[in-house]
Formats: sequence, C-alpha cells, structure tokens
Amino acid sequence: MRKLLLVSIVLITGVVFATRLFYLQIYDTSYQKLSENNAVKVVYNYPQRGYIFDRKGTLLVSNQPSYDVMVIPKDVKALDTLEFCQLLKIEKEDFVQLLEKAWVYSPRIAQVFIPQLTKSEYAALSEKMYKYRGFYIQKRSLRNYHVRHSSNVLGYISEVNERIIKQNPYYQMGELIGMGGVEKQYEAVLRGTKGVKYIQKDRFNRDIGPYKEGIFDTLPTRGNDIMLTIDADLQQYGEDLMINKRGGIVALEPQTGEILALVAAPNYDPALLVGRERSKNFTKLYYDTIAKPLFDRVLQGEYPPGSPFKTLTALIGLQEGVIDLDERIYCHGGYRYGSRTLGCHHHATPLNMIPGIANSCNAYFATVYRRIIDKYPTPQEGIDHWRTHLLSFGLGNYLGYDLPAGNKGFIPDSDYYNRAYQYPKYNWYTPATISNSIGQGEVSLTPMQMVNFTAAIANRGYYYKPHIIKNIVGADSIPKVYTQKNATTINPEYFEPVVNGMFDVYNYGTASALKIPGIDICGKTGTAENYIRINGKRMQLTDHSVFVAFAPKDNPQIAIAVFVENGYWGSRWAGKIASLMIEKYIKGEITRKDLETYVLNGSLMDEYNKPYSGEPFQINQ
Amino acid sequence: MKDYKENVQLDWWTIIFYFLLVSIGWVNIYSASLSDTQHGFFDFNQIYFRQLVFIGLSLLLIIFILAIDSRFYERFSSIIYLVSLASLLGLFVFGKNINGATSWYGFGSFGLQPSEFAKAATALALGKYISDIQTNMKELKHQLRTFLIIALPALFIIPQPDPGSALVYAAFVFPLYREGLNYIFVLIGFIAAVLFVGTLFIGVPWMILMILLTTLVWIFYKRKGRRIHWMQYVIIVATCIGFTFSVNYVFNSVFEQRHRDRFNIVLGKEVDEKGIGYNTNQSEIAIGSGSWTGKGWLQGTQTKGNFVPEQHTDYIFSTVGEEWGFLGSLTVVALFVFLIIRLIVLAERQKTIFGRVYGYSVASILFFHFFVNIGMVTGLLPTIGIPLPFISYGGSSLWGFTILLFIFVKLDASNYINR
Repeated sequence: MRKLLLVSIVLITGVVFATRLFYLQIYDTSYQKLSENNAVKVVYNYPQRGYIFDRKGTLLVSNQPSYDVMVIPKDVKALDTLEFCQLLKIEKEDFVQLLEKAWVYSPRIAQVFIPQLTKSEYAALSEKMYKYRGFYIQKRSLRNYHVRHSSNVLGYISEVNERIIKQNPYYQMGELIGMGGVEKQYEAVLRGTKGVKYIQKDRFNRDIGPYKEGIFDTLPTRGNDIMLTIDADLQQYGEDLMINKRGGIVALEPQTGEILALVAAPNYDPALLVGRERSKNFTKLYYDTIAKPLFDRVLQGEYPPGSPFKTLTALIGLQEGVIDLDERIYCHGGYRYGSRTLGCHHHATPLNMIPGIANSCNAYFATVYRRIIDKYPTPQEGIDHWRTHLLSFGLGNYLGYDLPAGNKGFIPDSDYYNRAYQYPKYNWYTPATISNSIGQGEVSLTPMQMVNFTAAIANRGYYYKPHIIKNIVGADSIPKVYTQKNATTINPEYFEPVVNGMFDVYNYGTASALKIPGIDICGKTGTAENYIRINGKRMQLTDHSVFVAFAPKDNPQIAIAVFVENGYWGSRWAGKIASLMIEKYIKGEITRKDLETYVLNGSLMDEYNKPYSGEPFQINQ
Repeated sequence: MKDYKENVQLDWWTIIFYFLLVSIGWVNIYSASLSDTQHGFFDFNQIYFRQLVFIGLSLLLIIFILAIDSRFYERFSSIIYLVSLASLLGLFVFGKNINGATSWYGFGSFGLQPSEFAKAATALALGKYISDIQTNMKELKHQLRTFLIIALPALFIIPQPDPGSALVYAAFVFPLYREGLNYIFVLIGFIAAVLFVGTLFIGVPWMILMILLTTLVWIFYKRKGRRIHWMQYVIIVATCIGFTFSVNYVFNSVFEQRHRDRFNIVLGKEVDEKGIGYNTNQSEIAIGSGSWTGKGWLQGTQTKGNFVPEQHTDYIFSTVGEEWGFLGSLTVVALFVFLIIRLIVLAERQKTIFGRVYGYSVASILFFHFFVNIGMVTGLLPTIGIPLPFISYGGSSLWGFTILLFIFVKLDASNYINR
C-alpha cells in the first residue's frame, strides 16, 4: 500500500496534464485565434466616403486626400528630432509629449501621430521618411466641401472616441465617423465598408506576405453617394438673409415632406472642421456659448410659437364644433378674464374667423380656446383633448425626420397643470392656461414643427414626415416612413377657411406689405414674447419675430417657417425673409431688390448685445 | 577496477531520460532566447550558449559524482547538510539581490543559488537519520527531529524571499510516508488542501454542507455491523468546519494581495489578462496555439514575440507546447512520469534504508517541481515560480538536479554490485 501512493499520484498527475494539454491544444481552438491576434497584423483599407449632392445634383461634399503620420512607439529609433519637428511644424516639447502619449496608449499598436498633413507638408516629409524608423505615412481621405453653407445639415466627420468603439466594434482607434447632420444619420451608407488585409509576421516582426494566401482578406467597398432634398441655392440664399441675425429658416415641399432649406443662424463654414485646424476651430465654436453656432436653432431651438399657433386654435375650434365661421366676437382691446386682460392690438371689431386670423385678434382666439377646453366637464379633459389634436400635427414630440439633432417642443397636458397647480389641493381652470390660445404660455415648438403644421395646413389635413434624403445611390427607395401620409385629426373641410384667413394676412392683414406679385401666398405673422435668465435674473427681451407661410395657395410648392430671435414683430424680419425665400424658390429671382438689400444688410447684433452689456436696456424699440 | 565494474551497472534508463530532458531543454531555450539581433553562436552573453556551458559542466559533475565512493555520501551526509545550511544562512550576509530575492551568491556575471543544492543535502541527511538504527519513526521525539531536518532549510529559504523553493520541502512527506509515517498526516494534509481550495471556490455555507453530506455517506457506508463512535465523528466534523471558517480569515488577512490574485486567477474568480493574469494567459495562448504538432522549431509566434515573460526559465514549457504541439508536450510529460516512476522502482530495490529514503526523496522532489511547474504553466495551479527540472534555464537549478539525481544513480549502482 505504502509503495503505491507516490506512483499512483504521479500517474494521476500525468493523466491530468495530458487531459489539460489536450483541452488547450486540440479541443479549444480559440487559443489559435488568440495567438494569431498576437502574430498576424491587420491592415485596413479605407474606402472613399460617398459624395453628397443637393436636389438638383449640385455637388456639395466630396473627398480630398490627406496624410496622417503614424507611429509604432516600440519601433522608434533615435532620430534627428529637430529636423523631424521642423518638417511637421511642431515644437520639440510637443514631439516628446506626443510620443509619450503614444507609449502610454500602446507601444506596439500603430497610432496616428500627427493627423492630416497638407499636400505640401506631405511632399516635404515623404522624401525624408526613410530616416525615421517607427514612423510611416498613411493616406486617408478627408471631406472636401464645395459649399460654404449647410454645415448644420451636412454635419462633420471626426475621429471615433472610446465610447463609440465600445458600442460599435466596426470602428478602430483613429478612424473617422460622421458626427452630426447627414454625415451621422447616413454614416452606414456614406462610409462604405473598409477592406481588411491579414499579414503574416515572422519572429523579426517583418511582414512575410499575406496570411494563409489572403483567403480572409476583403476588398473595400466605396461608400454610396446620397442626394439631399436641399436646394443649395435656396439654402445659400437663406443663410445670406440670416447674416447678423439669429434664428432659423426651414422650408418644406408640403406635397412630399422634402426639406428644401434648413438654415440655422449663426452657422459656420463646414470647411472649418476639416484638417489640422479642426480641433482648434471646433473648440472655438463649442465655447461660443452666446451665439451658439453649433446649436441648430431650427431643430433644437424650442420657442413660443406666437400667433401662427392661432391657426391651430381655429382648426381645433372648428373640429370640436365650438365656433362657426360667421360668429363675430368682440374685442375690446383684449380678452378679459376675471380681473385680468390678455391684451390685443388695434383692429376692427367685432370680427369672425377669417378676419380674426388676418388681423391676429387675441380676444377671438382666447374665446375659441376657452370654448374648446370648457366643452368638456373638467379643464383636465379639455386640455387632453386639445392636446390630442396638436399631437396629430407632429407637435410635442420628435417629428421623426432623418437628422440626428432635435427636440420635442412642449404641448402641456393635464398632468402638467395638475402638478403645477398642486391639484387636487388647489383647483385650476381654463383661464390659467389661456395664453396657450395664442401660442404663448406653456406651449413651445421648434421651427421645424412650425413648418410641419404649416405644411399640414397647406395640404389641408395631412403631412409627410420632413426628411432630407432624396435618393441613395444603389438603394431603390428612401425609408418608407417618409412616403407615408400622416393624417391630422381635423377634417379636411375645416382647413379651407383657415387657409383663406392666412391668405387674407397678405391681402389686408398683418403682412399686407409683403405681397409677391403673381404668387398667392398664405401666411401668418407671429410676435413671441420671451424671457432670458442671465446670472439668475429673469428679464424680458425683445419679442421674437415669427412667420409661417406657404405658397401658392392652391397646389402649394413650398411651406416655410422663419424664426428671428428678438426680431420684434412678425413682419418686421421673419415675414420679409419668408417672402424673399418664397419668391426665390418659386420665381428663381428677386424682383423686390430694395427689400432684398434691406434684409441682407439688416443686423440685430446690437439687440443681441443688449442683455450682456450690463447696462439697463429698452426692449421692443 | 572496482569503479569500472560499478559503472557498467549504472541504470541506463535514468541516464537516457536525463539526457533527453536536458537536450529538449536546451533546444527550447535556444528558441526562446534567440534575439532579433544576430550574434555569433559562441557569445557568452547569449542565454542558449550559457546553458550549453552549464550542460557541459554538469557532465564533469556527473563523472565526479560517479567517481566518488558511494559510501562517502552516507558518511558525510551530516556535514554536507550543515555546509548547505551554512550556505543558506550566509546569504543573509553575502547574498546578492536579483529580482527582489536575495537567493544568490554573485561571482561576476554568475550567480549561484544555494537553495537548489540544499534539496540534495536535505535528502541525504533525511536518509541518514531515518536509516539510523536508533531511529524509530513511531516515536514522537524522532518524528519531531525528522521534521526539523526538513523544516530548517525551508525556514531559511522563506525569508529570502523564495516561498516557491521552500514549498518544495513539502515533497519530503512522500519518503516519510513510505518509511512508516502515519497515514493520518497525509490524510490531514490532503483534507486540509481540499477544504481550503473548496472553500475558496464554493464558499463557506456550501462547503459545510459538503462536509456534512460526506460524513453522512461515510457513516452509512461504514455502519454495517459496527458500533459508531459518535464522539469521533463530531470532533472531526467540528474541526473541519472550524477550518473552513478559518480559510476566509487566512485568505483575506494572512495572504498578501498577490497570493490572493494568483488563487483567484486559477479559480476563475478574477479575469485580468493584462495585469496579474498576464503570464498565465499568454502561456495558455502559447501552449493552446500549438495544436497537434506545433508550429515548428523557432516558428512559435508567441515565443518570438516575447509574449510570455520568463519564458526560458519557469515558463519554458510554453515554448515546448507552442513549437512542438500536443505530441511534443505530451512527450515531455511522459518522460517525466517515466523517469519518476523509474526512480521509485529503483528506490524500492535499494537494500539500504538510506538508499531507499534518498531515492524516494529524489523522485518526490522531481515530481513536486514537475507538478507545480506544469500545473502553473497550463493554468491549473496558482503562479508559484519554481523551475522545470533539467529543462528550465539556469546553472544552479541544472547542477542541483544533476547532483540530486546522480548521487542516487551512484547509490543504486553500488547497491546493485553489492547485492
């Protein structure tokens, strides 16, 4: 017995080791893969990114070659740093710092050392490159912008960060990805697929040819071109009109939902975010917290819509049957509720719906709104019914367009007021929400939502989801959601009077000075009160100038919303801009040169500087 | 003429296994240590050339050992043991610090590691003491003295610090058991090890459940026709449960973080392939990528890329696995198993107790190194840095094992002739 203990333990150990070795070497093949990861080099071949065209086929974005200096820190040998730094136009301290950073990231992995050399820098460097071991140049393609507008639409591309790499294993450190705009939205289409080459390395770390005769290698496939619904001329014109103003213009083709122009002001030249100056420029744009050039006011800005909202109040009133077209309502300089008054401006009184819209009578719409809510037993139910109608216009939620930026806007519901007024401890009644009737108070919309409901009115009852994609090369169609009608909850017959009201805005109403000869335009002005908080102090600023319009009245081709921050009354800036844009789009040229010159040269910069001047200031002057 | 006669009675199997292992070792050390820059073959800075010199010198050692009269080893074992202890103690004064351990005497670019030689000395002393006519292994006094002979060198080695080499002395439990040590000691050691690892793996509550279940099954099995000593069972079970509870304390408070890490890596409780688990992970990758026949000599990509640290010393087996595959590594395992079993067979045929104890010691020490090293390299055991005998790079290690083995070859040869 005693003789056998050690012998049996030795034998058992031998069997255990043999089993373990069998498991490691034969059974579990994942170790072979892991070992290949160590010893097989992967080289990626980057395809050309797809081009971007406008709706008429004008090239907006193409590619240009750029050259990255790459480094494998482990392989760097002593070099003439001074000469190298001169060629790269960097300081020696930067060189040392960059190299250290690369070491920390990984001594063995090839990384970008200096990105995006220009052609001349590349030429100077490439003939000396043989001297610098561990460094090499990698050609890459960068965006080349043929227009200086639309940066908010196009977006930009930049290097992936670690978060993206974690989410999407397609990307490797140092690769490029679309950030913002269509570059982000259509990244998968535009980027194509990178090609992969596996290269076998020997023990001296030299390439000794394709791994397994290249059976795993793939060729890169070029990214697909896309065509946008944007009209580049109209977009350019819109951006010109918005110079020295803040706000946005968005124009749709109501019959398709195609976005014709999407102007956010202030904007920036898309070329700023390409090349070595990219990060410097980006920082500058990013930290401009007053003008906020990176903030897309059209998609992200949530504003009180002001009077254009009255058209919706009118439609809901008609649909709910609380008003008919002929009923005339008195306006005594405003709408009185309790001891308070919702003021109105001077106009003929009493008036029925069409002149009500044309003259933008606050009292009229406050009355209609109150009847809508009070039709139901409680204001809670009333508000929720009212809200349901508004949601069907795409308000109060993301619209679902194909751009990555956006906000929901806000359409209050009964819960919101219950919370605000601490219901049921305290009760609340319709007048508490009366400002909603005229697009002030709690409601807020993005300019994109404003143009969407305008398009729904232009179509007399339905809209297509706004979208920017017109055509993807190689794809049969654009996503289905953009070719489906979205019906509103309002019956089509109720739209005609509202359209007529909007037509009369131009005939004799608040925009009668902005008629375009030969085109029947329907529109609605808006003057939105607004407040800002600076250093914790709430102050009122000059009203926003708002305008929505579509034209022609029958068979509309364009619906437009213009929003000019602190532009005062509706037709002062927004109406003029909308009028010019419509003429530009439909006629192709501007007949009213004086008006055009006035808008192009107009500046609101003094107005914008007021709250930051630190001095007391007057508004609405 | 007597010497001549003795030499022809050498156990050639052992000698063949020895030379096979040493050759395999050198071939793999060459592959693992070949650097990118080209050198002449006879460059003493090259690890493979140094190992070749060490192998040459061990040939001289072998001839020397075989030439000495076999009775010398028994007679002088006490003195050899004392000299060896002194050399271990001397490290505290003259030792040279390499990689954080003062385990070396420095001679220029050479280092001599006395702990590698102390194993042979301890085996000799143990054989001498046990074979003494007055020694009775059943007496507590003699048990304690035996224990002291084994524990002293280990105690001197621990603070170097080199706990791995000290742990090797646990191997002496096998010759002691062979010579009549109560099996209870072995059983207790075995149960303690199972409880320790088991508790770390499944936690205290489950372990207690397992203990109770095992006991119940045992009682049920033993019940037939016998009176059950309830008190005995209660004490044993209580001790086991107490030990289980102490495991967490020992693990968390007595162990250092690195020890905990090593255990957790093997138990699969922690996965850290970049940090503490790097060695084991890369070693597993290297071995695992070998497949049936390996990538071929000098073609191991893991080996060439220096992915496995210490590959020419403690992790040399990963080179074998990668470049020679399952067949190659299995050959090495088989060679060790055959060699150790051959040594046990030889030990059993010794006529003297001294020879038997010494032979068992040699087999046990080789087995312990083999078990711990390959267990570590294949990721079955926690990281304990001890070399693979005859294969790992290192002069002291090679000479230590050569002396250990060939003294026994000599004892066996003279045993045979005197029969």
